[in-house]
Amino acid sequence: MSVGKKDISCPPEAPGTPLKDSDIAEKKVTYVEDHPDIRYAWTAGQAISRFLNELKKGKLIATKCNKCRRILFPPRMFCELCYKPIDDWVYVKDTGTVQTFSISYIDPDAKPLEKPVIVAVIAVDGASKNMAFMHVLGEVEPEKVYIGMKVKAVWKPEEEREGSVTDIKYWKPIEG
Amino acid sequence: MRVAVVGVGYSGFNANTPDLNWKEITLEAAARAYDDAGINPRKDVDSIVTCAEDIWEGFAIFDEFVPDQLGGVLKPTCTVCADFLFGIATAYMQIKSELADIAVVEAHSKASDILTFGETIKFAMDPIWLREIGSAHPYYFAALEMSQYINECCITEEQIAEVVVKNKNNALKNSSAPYGSKVTVEDVLNSPMVFDPMRKIEIAPRADGAIVFVLANEDVAKDLTDTPIWVKGVGWWSETSNYDTMSFNAVYAYKAAKMAYKLAGITNPAKEVDIAEVDDRFAFKEFQHLEALQLSKRFETGTLMREGYFAKDGELPVNLSGGSLGIGNLLEATGGQKALEVVLQLRGLAGRRQVEAETGVAQAWRYIPTASGAVAVFGV
Repeated sequence: MSVGKKDISCPPEAPGTPLKDSDIAEKKVTYVEDHPDIRYAWTAGQAISRFLNELKKGKLIATKCNKCRRILFPPRMFCELCYKPIDDWVYVKDTGTVQTFSISYIDPDAKPLEKPVIVAVIAVDGASKNMAFMHVLGEVEPEKVYIGMKVKAVWKPEEEREGSVTDIKYWKPIEG
Repeated sequence: MRVAVVGVGYSGFNANTPDLNWKEITLEAAARAYDDAGINPRKDVDSIVTCAEDIWEGFAIFDEFVPDQLGGVLKPTCTVCADFLFGIATAYMQIKSELADIAVVEAHSKASDILTFGETIKFAMDPIWLREIGSAHPYYFAALEMSQYINECCITEEQIAEVVVKNKNNALKNSSAPYGSKVTVEDVLNSPMVFDPMRKIEIAPRADGAIVFVLANEDVAKDLTDTPIWVKGVGWWSETSNYDTMSFNAVYAYKAAKMAYKLAGITNPAKEVDIAEVDDRFAFKEFQHLEALQLSKRFETGTLMREGYFAKDGELPVNLSGGSLGIGNLLEATGGQKALEVVLQLRGLAGRRQVEAETGVAQAWRYIPTASGAVAVFGV
C-alpha cells in the first residue's frame, strides 16, 4: 500500500463494508450537506501590525523585555512571563537554524501532494530561545535537510509583498 | 468559606476597536483587574477561566490562547464555552472546593472581527432541521419568540419601547456605553420594523470589549480588600436546542435564578434584590428576564416599566449601565458587563449612575438560537 510519492507500509487491513463514491453520489447514504459562509477580518493589533508592515520592507522585527532580557519573536506588546509591557523594538536577522522539521507528503484533504512540503521551525538569529518562525524550506532536497542546518529567508520581490508571513517565499540553506 | 470578587477590570466598550486585537484589549482589562485586586498574577493566581466560543473568535480550541495575556503561562487554565457568568460559577466552585484560593474569570468580545455575523449565528442552528429554512437574517429567531411572548402577555409596542428609552438614556451616564442616546418612545416607534413585530432599535448592535474578575476565598479576600463583594449565589440552566420544545418564556433564566437565589438564601427576590442587570440584547428579553428572575410578575411588567419602577430613581433599577441596548452585544462577555455594573454599584464606584444597593443580580442568556443562561447574585 502506498500513499503519495513515498511508500508507507501499514498493518494488514481489516475489511469492513466498503462504500463507493457512487453510493454517496446516489444518496444511498443519508446526509445533508452545508457549506457555511463564515468570514472574519482579525484586527492585527499593535505588535503584529508593525511586524507585518516590516515584512513588506523585507525585515523581521521583534520586541524586547528588559526584565527577563528576552527578544520576543514574533513581537508582542507585553512579556507573557514577566507580565509587563515590552521595553523596545529590535530587528532580528532573516537567517536562522532549523530547530525541527517534517517532510510532509499529504495535503489537508488527505490527498497526496505533488511535491513534498518541508515544514520547519526556524530559530531566528537574534531572537531568544524558543522564539522561532514556522515556515517552509526550499531549494533543498528533502533528504539533505537536518536539524541544526543554517537557513536564510527568500523574500518575494518587494512589489509583490503584502504584509503577510508569505512575503517570505521559503527559507533556503546557507551554503558552506 | 465564602467567595468574593476582589478586583475588576475592563476594556472598552466600543463599537469597533481597529487599533487593538483581542489579546491587547484582554491584557488591558486584566492589568486593571490585577491592579484593582492588588495582586501579581504570575505569583498569586491559582486558576484562570476564560469564557469563549470558538465560532465568535474565528479559530478553534481557544483554551490554547488563554494564558499569555492573563499572566497564566504554565498555570491551570481552561475555557468555558459559554457566557462570563458560567465562568463565575466555575471559579466559584474551584474556590469552594479549595482547588484555588484566587481564581480569575475573563471574557471578551471582538465582534467587529466577524464579517458574516448572521451566518455565524446560523452556525448554531441544527444544520438539517433549521439552517436551510428561508434566507432571513437569524434575528428572526428572537422575533418569533417575541411575537409569541408579547401575545401571551398582552405587551404593547409602547411598553417595549420604554425598555429602549430607559436603557439608552441610562447609557448616557456611562462613558463606556457607545450606544447611549436621548431617545423617546416616539423615536422607538419610528424605528423601522425589521423583523415584525421587532424594530431595528430594539436589537442591541455589536460591541467590542473585555472584562476580567479576580475572585478569592474569604480569608484572602479580607487580606486584600476592605470592600469585598460576595458572590452569594450562582446558577445556570439549559432547556433544549429545539425551538419547538423551548419554553419561549425564559424558563432557563427562571431555573438559573432559582438555583442562585437558593444559594444566596433569597426567598423574595422582588423585595431582597436592590438592582439588576439583565440580558436585553433584544428589548423584549428584558421583560422576560425580569419575570424569570421573579423581580416582576407576569402581566405587570409592562405597567411597572411605564411607571418608572425599573428606572434609576425607581424601586428596582434595572440595567443602570445602559444594558446591552446602550453598551452593545458583547457576545460571551455580555454577562461580564452585567456583573461588572453590579459590582461597581455595590462598591459605590458607579459615578453618575450610582444608586444605593446592597444586593444585585446579574443575568445573561446564551443568545439566539438558545434557551440557556446563567445568573449570579452579588452582595456587600
